[in-house]
Amino acid sequence: MSFAFYILAALTVAGALAAVLLKNTVHCALALTVAFAGLALLFLNLDAQFAGFAQILVYIGAVAILVVFAILLTKGSDTPTDGVFSRTWLAGLAVAAAVFAVLGWAVIQTANLLPKSAPQPTVTVQQIGQALVGRYVLPLEIVAVLLTAAMIGAVIIAMHEKDGAPK
Amino acid sequence: MTSQVTPLAGYLLVAAFLFSIGLAGALTRRNAILVLIGIELMLNAANLNLIAFWRYGPHPEALTGMMFAIFSIAVAAAEAAVGLGLVIQIYRHAKTTDLDQMNRMKG
Amino acid sequence: MMIFQEQIAFHPDFVDSAVSASTRTLWLIPALPILASGVIALLKQTKRRTAATLAIGSMSVSLLLALLSFIVVLNGGSSNREFFNFTWVQVGAASVDLGWVLDPLSAVMLVMVSFVGLLIFIYSVGYMAHDDNYTRFFCFLSLFAGAMLGVVISNSLLLLFMCWEIVGLTSYLLIGFWYKKPAAAAAAKKAFLTTRIGDVFFLLGIVWLFAQTGTLLFYNKGAGSIEQGALAGLLSQHAALGLSAAGAIALLIFAGAAGKSGQFPLHVWLPDAMEGPTPVSALIHAATMVAAGVYLIARVYPLMQAGALAGGSTTALTVITWVGAFTAVFAALIAVAQNDIKRILAYSTVSQLGYMMAGLGLGGVAVGIFHLITHAFFKALLFLGAGSVIHGCHEEQDIRRMGGLWSKMPLTFATYGIGMLALCGFPLLFSGFWSKDGILEAAQHWSIAKTPFYMLVFGALLTAFYMTRQVAYVFFGAWRGGKQAHESPAVMTVPLAILAFFAIALGAIGTPAWPWFRAFLDGRATGFDLHILLEPGLLKLMGLSAMVVFLGLGIGWKLYGNHSPSLEEPDRLEQATPQVWGWLRDRLYVDELYGATVIAFYAWWARVSDWLDRRVWGGVVTGIARLFGLWAQLNRFLDTNVVDGSFDKGCDELSVGGGLLARVQTGRVQTYLRILALAVVALAVVLIWSGRP
Repeated sequence: MSFAFYILAALTVAGALAAVLLKNTVHCALALTVAFAGLALLFLNLDAQFAGFAQILVYIGAVAILVVFAILLTKGSDTPTDGVFSRTWLAGLAVAAAVFAVLGWAVIQTANLLPKSAPQPTVTVQQIGQALVGRYVLPLEIVAVLLTAAMIGAVIIAMHEKDGAPK
Repeated sequence: MTSQVTPLAGYLLVAAFLFSIGLAGALTRRNAILVLIGIELMLNAANLNLIAFWRYGPHPEALTGMMFAIFSIAVAAAEAAVGLGLVIQIYRHAKTTDLDQMNRMKG
Repeated sequence: MMIFQEQIAFHPDFVDSAVSASTRTLWLIPALPILASGVIALLKQTKRRTAATLAIGSMSVSLLLALLSFIVVLNGGSSNREFFNFTWVQVGAASVDLGWVLDPLSAVMLVMVSFVGLLIFIYSVGYMAHDDNYTRFFCFLSLFAGAMLGVVISNSLLLLFMCWEIVGLTSYLLIGFWYKKPAAAAAAKKAFLTTRIGDVFFLLGIVWLFAQTGTLLFYNKGAGSIEQGALAGLLSQHAALGLSAAGAIALLIFAGAAGKSGQFPLHVWLPDAMEGPTPVSALIHAATMVAAGVYLIARVYPLMQAGALAGGSTTALTVITWVGAFTAVFAALIAVAQNDIKRILAYSTVSQLGYMMAGLGLGGVAVGIFHLITHAFFKALLFLGAGSVIHGCHEEQDIRRMGGLWSKMPLTFATYGIGMLALCGFPLLFSGFWSKDGILEAAQHWSIAKTPFYMLVFGALLTAFYMTRQVAYVFFGAWRGGKQAHESPAVMTVPLAILAFFAIALGAIGTPAWPWFRAFLDGRATGFDLHILLEPGLLKLMGLSAMVVFLGLGIGWKLYGNHSPSLEEPDRLEQATPQVWGWLRDRLYVDELYGATVIAFYAWWARVSDWLDRRVWGGVVTGIARLFGLWAQLNRFLDTNVVDGSFDKGCDELSVGGGLLARVQTGRVQTYLRILALAVVALAVVLIWSGRP
């Protein structure tokens, strides 16, 4: 439990909290970005460099931007008049707390089963690439199809209906 | 307590916490986009879990955890795109993103 | 005197011999007329000649067979009784037997019934010639004749009773022959019901006898119900009121005979029975059916007589004597004041039946049966003569509208006169004298009391008186009717002549000088001895009865002689004693008494029953129906409220529950998400918990 871990954990958690608690939706999106960044750094701390950079590229570079776009397009920047939280927010909080309780309890109960340390893995990009087109070629292709479908779907969904039937 | 908490356990706890935060956000915020934000947080927490187990797991050279996480990221991206597109479309239709007001499926 | 005195009882010492062919075929005698009746019943109404031929033919054959049987009995030395029994119903060890018997009594009755019956059948051909229901008449007549012959030959009390009932039935059918006339229908019903009352007691007697002796056969080689062994058993049984079982059963059987033979108080049906056609009155209500009661007593005489000391009498016989004597006088009194030609004869019949019963009680079987035989002939003659008169006077029956017929209907007058004198008992020449004298002689020597003798003598006086009155009204004086009268055709007058002959001739077989009839019945031989007639006691009696007859004839002629009262003028005797006349004319109010008591009670009972039926039983039925209605309503209530209600309630609850559950479907995504998360938590807990070691 190195010092770096604590800092990074705190950062990530702070960003996440901000993301869900702030009133201004844009601020939430930005806080989310911070959370993403924190996570990326945590990945790096775990010697998962490729994952960390992929996180930065995809999440921060694409997802966060998308979110901001969506916020702006839906006038989410306007603060709603009657509160940002649902009327029954306590129930939701309780459920989330229950989930955390279970998860945390599971972890702590089995904490002594977890390995104390492990040697640092040396993972090269070449290995990753070879794994991608070797062992994991099928998921790769499927993800490609999925991404294509998602792209087409998103376009279709978000398209204006000005000229009648969607394409 | 600190001595008992292994690094892996720490990461797991953080991931759990992040997951809960994301869940709380998804369950309590009125804005649809913020629900999506919560969902992204949950996915990320799951990714962290995966990477942590990869790192401290038995066979890191198999790259299983890493692959899983990478694919998760890809899928999350696709899902975010579609989801946000849906939110925009709903916004166009209902003129609002307030989830409390969207109860057309009320039984 | 000796011959009349000895053996008042009926103790023939018969030898039950082997069964001859005559006895075995005895059943044909009643069977042929019944068969003829059945065939006639199936004929069309238009086949009149066929019906008459069948009836008369079967009756002739029966007569022939009866005569043959009579000859057999005669030749059998008069000490023969042949019988033939067979088992009818077998129930385990017990059995009900039927059979027929051929002895002097039944042989004599067979000849009488079939002969008189045949003559009346022939007469009916002429009398009923203009009637539409000719065939039906002969059908019933044949059935009656067959049943009566069955009564006569029967050796079993049960078979006798069965034929007795058929006789009663045919009497009902024939009295009510002209059923469209209300009076006839009512008279038929009255006859049936009155004889029924007697028959109820008769049946009781039969059942009792069967219970005591185990058999209903009369003669069965010593095992019969009226033979020595059974009688001894019956005498030892004590019944009630000092009577033995034998006496009680005898009285019950007499009750049945009293109904059928018109003894007081069951005589009321006989005069009304004159509503039937005259041949019916002649055959059934003069000669045969009414005689069946007398015959029954004669048949079971050993039972009637059981327990009597020598020269003495039993309770049953005493009762029979008193009832008979009373009836004789009672009916004769009423006959004096009647104006319908047949009604006078009807009351006369009742009176003579009383004589017969008294004769049986006082002097034994021979005395009573002899009078029965002679009465059959002269009463049938009188009735047929009355029928001839009615026919000749164009269906007129009131004697006040007749008169002077001696010149217009000479044959009828002559034969009627002979019958009338026989009935009155005109001395020496006519059979009635000898038969009635036999009864008077027995009454004179009766050890119990002398009163019946005086009653019977008084009755003889009255008989002569009212018959003279009737003959004077009908045949003498001036014609008071409408159209002129005419003589009847030969088919009607020839039977009259034949009967008249016998009305005289039969006297011969019963005189004390030659008591053939009595000896024949007793099974003895006898000879002709004129000196017996000159015995002082007997001579005195004959003189007394002759005097009484002349007295009656004289008074009658004096009052009614050639006097021809017009219709409005009251009767001579009525002028003398109007009140007594009124009583007699109104039949001494016996019918009115019955009407006020029995019939009134019955009507009341009918009303009570009707009330019971409508209110009580009807009420019960209505109550049950209402109960069902209530039950149905309860069911409906249960069905609507409990069954339907509970079901509806259940459905409502289901609806409410559904409503409640539907609230889960808020339509809000976040709610669903929460529930999802909760479910996952629950699942995780379960899995983890179950995975613990």
